[in-house]
Amino acid sequence: MERLRSIIRPVASVPLARHLVVALVAFVVAMAVIGSSSQYLQTRYAEMAYFAIAAGGLTLLTGLSGQLSLGHGALMAVGAYAATLVLERTGGETLADVFVALLVAIAVCAVVGVVVGVPAARLHGPYIAGATLTLAVAVPRLANQWEVFGGEQGLQVSVPRATDLPAWIQDLVWFFTAVEIDQYSFLAYLGWLLLAITFVALANLSRSRVGRRWRAVRDDDVSAELAGIHLGRARVVAFTVSAMAAGLAGGLMAMNVRLTAPGAFTITLSLTLLAAVVLGGLGSLTGALIGAGVLAFLPKFATDLGESVGLSATQAAEVTPVVYGLVLMLVILLAPAGIVGSLRTFLARSPLGSTKEKTT
Amino acid sequence: MPGTGHDVQASPLFAVEGVSVRFGGVRALEDVSLEVAPHEVLGVIGPNGAGKTTLFNVVCGFVSPAEGELRLRGEKIHALRPHQLAGHGIARTLQGLGLFERMTVLDNVMVGADRLARAGFVRGLLGIGHRDDARLAAKAREVLGELGIESYAARYPGSLPYPIRKKVALARALVAEPELLLLDEPASGLSAEEMTELGEIITGLTERTAVMLVEHHMDLVMSVCHRITVLDFGRVIAAGTPDEIRNDPAVLAAYLGDQVEHDDAAEVHALTVAEEA
Repeated sequence: MERLRSIIRPVASVPLARHLVVALVAFVVAMAVIGSSSQYLQTRYAEMAYFAIAAGGLTLLTGLSGQLSLGHGALMAVGAYAATLVLERTGGETLADVFVALLVAIAVCAVVGVVVGVPAARLHGPYIAGATLTLAVAVPRLANQWEVFGGEQGLQVSVPRATDLPAWIQDLVWFFTAVEIDQYSFLAYLGWLLLAITFVALANLSRSRVGRRWRAVRDDDVSAELAGIHLGRARVVAFTVSAMAAGLAGGLMAMNVRLTAPGAFTITLSLTLLAAVVLGGLGSLTGALIGAGVLAFLPKFATDLGESVGLSATQAAEVTPVVYGLVLMLVILLAPAGIVGSLRTFLARSPLGSTKEKTT
Repeated sequence: MPGTGHDVQASPLFAVEGVSVRFGGVRALEDVSLEVAPHEVLGVIGPNGAGKTTLFNVVCGFVSPAEGELRLRGEKIHALRPHQLAGHGIARTLQGLGLFERMTVLDNVMVGADRLARAGFVRGLLGIGHRDDARLAAKAREVLGELGIESYAARYPGSLPYPIRKKVALARALVAEPELLLLDEPASGLSAEEMTELGEIITGLTERTAVMLVEHHMDLVMSVCHRITVLDFGRVIAAGTPDEIRNDPAVLAAYLGDQVEHDDAAEVHALTVAEEA
């Protein structure tokens, strides 16, 4: 036991090492789960991955730097359209095309993040919510107006076929899961790989001086300023990082849905993301992951529930938002710190609670 | 008496020259000048509404003066924004403390040390800035230790008694290694015993920094300050050593005249007692 601790301690004391180990373990577990799941579930896991990436960026923005964004659905739209347009031009037949498309999506969203973040940094509380809300309303409409974005019908998204993937990837997946990679599992693996990388980066930032500055600005802007922190710059950096995560999530979403259309990026998406973040616990990446899981799996659960009490399929589909709203209300009433926040408090009080503060 | 052997007559570290501030038609400060020498404790006193906090806000760049200028080591620092002060070696504690309530005491103090940090965004993103962070943490612990509150490092400020919270705020300002430290009402809410300790701390600070002190408690001001500037209605009505201020008729008049409107009776009492002593 003591020996085990002496091995673990140096890893645990270096944030990067700790985050990498957690991410690696999580990714291997995710691969095993995805590999042994049905196509339907694989699609849900892929959805959970891109929601989690967007929610992770949003939870850092809202929970750490204290800026509320109602426009992250629109940022996902920007990423989705950017990735779609790149894939349209490159053909989207190789893995390289996919990564180029995602990198472009991230870059475009970084620019949008700075452009929106600079004026937003001057606003506080409800005003920044209002400003980002404008983004959520305007972006889908813009997409509707221009031919290049495919209008109301949207754009088809081409993704490489599983059989066209490099042999080593196909072999690797087969080696680990004993199942041939196909279209569905490919997107789920890709999503979870990028999720792991994104969360390592976000967790690093959160633990670093950058995250400490964000928290300081959130808690007391005057004191933060007196400590030498440029408030506007800190806020814009937070907004841009968060926008980049939303861009990546949007690109992945486009590849999963295979269609990028304005209808997918309504204000509802922005609100749902925010709800996921609140549900999990503001500022917590684990919370964002849990929230994303709820987002991805709740519709199926709610519909089944509706049908089991004798509703028709169409009626049952309408149950989802109600259940979602109820869950959110319950969490806000019973666990205002979110699921992760409440667990942490519970653990700290219990005799087991030798848990130190973590940023996961 | 103070007088730690430092030469308080040396060329000024910091100077306020002819500063005037107006809020609409109200003159908050009128042609205020003062100097702070290195390692000196300068007291700024005056009845409520005399402009003491406005003066601090001018120094910190929160309020820009209509006239006059500020000089740090002879250089103009007139147009500085608040976040640039730390870089120039000026730190300040706030009357309301302004602690980061959802961060640990250690993190609070580490934010204060932010100007000494070297790891930037990229190192943060890649998670390789922990050595730099460890250096800041060690520095923060050192300052917490000097103030005798290192054992609270992992706690959140909200759960701590007020005197400890005040020390956390002081540690956060000190850790930035300022050359000029502005203390805004550091003694408010402290017991007599704690105030004595505060006096010792402030006197000890002159080893490493000059101090500008806005304070209502005359005992403290008289015992720790090398020189005192008295403001009333935004003007300097007296400046000098504690002994000179004690016997200045204008100062006594200002405090006595103020008695009816403000609850400064305690100060007047302290002043008179100090005079008698």
